[in-house]
Amino acid sequence: MYDFLTGPMLWLTFAVSFGGLLVRVVLYIKGLSQQLDRVAYRAHMSYGLKGAFNSIISFLNPIGARVWRIRPGFTLMFFAFHIGVVITPIFLIAHNVMLQENLGFSLPALPSGVADFLTWMAVVAGLLLTLRRVAFPEVRILTTGYDYLMMVITLAPFVTGLIARYAIGDYQFWLTAHIITGEIWLLSLPFTKLSHVVLFFMSRAQIGMDYGIKRGGMKGSSLSW
Amino acid sequence: MPEGILCNKTPIKTDEQLKLTLSDSRGTKYYAEMLELEVDSDALWALVQKTLKSRTKTWLEICAHCGLCAESCFLYQVNGRTPKQVPSYKIQSTLGQIVKKKGKVTNEFMRHCMDVAWSQCTCCNRCGMYCPHGIDMGVMFSYLRGLLYSQGFVPWELKIGSGMHRVYRAQMDVTTEDWVETCEWMAEETEEEWPGLEIPVDKQDADIMYTCNAREPKHYPEDVAEAAILFHVAGENWTVPSEGWEQTSLSMFAGDWECCKDNVQNVYDAIERLNPKRAIGTECGHAHRATVIEGPYWTGRPDGLPPRPYIHYVEWLAEALRTGKLKIDPAKRIKEPVTLQDSCNYVRNQGLKDITREIISYIVEPGFFVEMSPNKEHNYCCGGGGGFNGIGMYREQRNVALRKKMDQILDTGCKLVIAPCHNCWDAIRDLEEEYEIGIRWSFLKPLVIGMLDVPEHMLPKDEE
Ligand code: SF4
Ligand code: SF4
Ligand code: SF4
Repeated sequence: MYDFLTGPMLWLTFAVSFGGLLVRVVLYIKGLSQQLDRVAYRAHMSYGLKGAFNSIISFLNPIGARVWRIRPGFTLMFFAFHIGVVITPIFLIAHNVMLQENLGFSLPALPSGVADFLTWMAVVAGLLLTLRRVAFPEVRILTTGYDYLMMVITLAPFVTGLIARYAIGDYQFWLTAHIITGEIWLLSLPFTKLSHVVLFFMSRAQIGMDYGIKRGGMKGSSLSW
Repeated sequence: MPEGILCNKTPIKTDEQLKLTLSDSRGTKYYAEMLELEVDSDALWALVQKTLKSRTKTWLEICAHCGLCAESCFLYQVNGRTPKQVPSYKIQSTLGQIVKKKGKVTNEFMRHCMDVAWSQCTCCNRCGMYCPHGIDMGVMFSYLRGLLYSQGFVPWELKIGSGMHRVYRAQMDVTTEDWVETCEWMAEETEEEWPGLEIPVDKQDADIMYTCNAREPKHYPEDVAEAAILFHVAGENWTVPSEGWEQTSLSMFAGDWECCKDNVQNVYDAIERLNPKRAIGTECGHAHRATVIEGPYWTGRPDGLPPRPYIHYVEWLAEALRTGKLKIDPAKRIKEPVTLQDSCNYVRNQGLKDITREIISYIVEPGFFVEMSPNKEHNYCCGGGGGFNGIGMYREQRNVALRKKMDQILDTGCKLVIAPCHNCWDAIRDLEEEYEIGIRWSFLKPLVIGMLDVPEHMLPKDEE
């Protein structure tokens, strides 16, 4: 079971997940239309790229956009969650050992204390973000079961990973659960709203190009997000 | 009844139909017919499939439902922060449903969408700056309006408005003759005070082709005269086209994209015909957006630009003041607290934020200019944008919407507001009428004329 999940199944998961995300990116770009979007992408590529870059960078930076600056509480939760969720799995030592065994290379690994901290950070921030959905009417009205499902899918590998890590209960069981939930998460990326892992960049770049080309960039005024 | 006589899926194309629709006072019959209007689900869905591409589709799908856009919307703020006014909710519950149900929606639902699209969003594009994914509801609502228009679910005034554009190529029934006559009349009137002043119509190869908002010749012809005075004093070689002089687009607010294209093409044709070095539009935000920012795309110009450089009035004015073509008498500068309304349609949509402040630096005594907060690209809509000002049925909601601007103005403590945008100007006028906060408001033209340092030779001889 373990061998299957970390062998063929894992490779299949990676292929579907990363391949799928790549397809989404390609389809996004193919679906852009200068007339429908009203942005002359091709004609003013350099202005467009400048705008796209400005737009992406501003929102990757916790103080880069006005919306981040005026809501420090949310911003903290948001970044804690996303940093935890993205960084930990990539740089976790256990994952890297697997990578080494299978592919013969590994990424720099996080000290386990840091990894633990990041995992906890992701889980706690995720729970707070979920609570926020219930607590604030302006978020509650938007929230659907689908949003909760996405959060469950995302947090499950982290929670199971933590349980396994602290060896609470049956280690083998939790490890298997961790691998399965991790794979479910990866498989969900291209097919659900989690596709925002790549589409965030697409969408941000697109509106950035809009501003960079048509909405002011060519007038020499760069937008202060 | 699948389609009514007044309320139907066919755009107003004839003068007859236009007069008929106009004669229906307040659209009573029109809205009664709308109750029975049939939704053509197949056509609706076909249109969605053809036009809902990457951007809008992805926006609908990846919206994180985080609610960050809520506070960014002034309508959410002034309506007691009701969750129903959260931008994302507004679009998910309208456009989102149309897409989800593949166009199989009811008449009642379409009327609901109409209410939301025209009374809960002014397409001010502010929320787009506050969404982590860059989801811009202003863009999405414009899109939704197009779908609704195609099915005949559009407020009466805007059906008429786009009909006006179709029949007269102007938002009002100003014909070519009316326009040319107004120019002649204004030139004659103004010439007494400004010897040598002309309003040249259809002059070839001028430096400037001036275009305006049909409300000017129709309701305040003095605005045309004021433009003429300033061009005259600045010594510009300018002209107005007899055809293609109207640059506004109520069809843009109505979602009548075909009509938008036709009107803008008419202006561009005038440019090609008269061959000016550049075109200058009047003090109007949505006119600028229509002819300069969106227009090139409607007409399918691959570079996204009008056929000649086409600038907003504030850009010309700043240039004329900067280069000394127009000189301000320092003694006549504004010496009272004054604030400035940033029009979404050329600030958030074309970055013209610093240039208006440059103008301020010439015409206001240092220390008297007070910024609204927030300002520039973060400024709030005046409250009447996107057609809101003109729709009788939504007057009450519009009046509520004005409160944000009222508070912003009150916070500055100023009694004078400069509003270089027709629509903002109207909204601020209505705001004073409705709430009586004791303010005055002005376009730039009359203010600048009042403080000009006019060269001796331009003054009437008999004054000496
Ligand atoms: S801020 Fe953006 S992602 Fe969040 S709810 Fe609003 S539209 Fe959706
Ligand atoms: S475009 Fe403006 S009015 Fe419309 S939802 Fe966004 S902020 Fe509100
Ligand atoms: S009317 Fe003025 S403030 Fe209001 S949306 Fe239009 S440009 Fe913006």
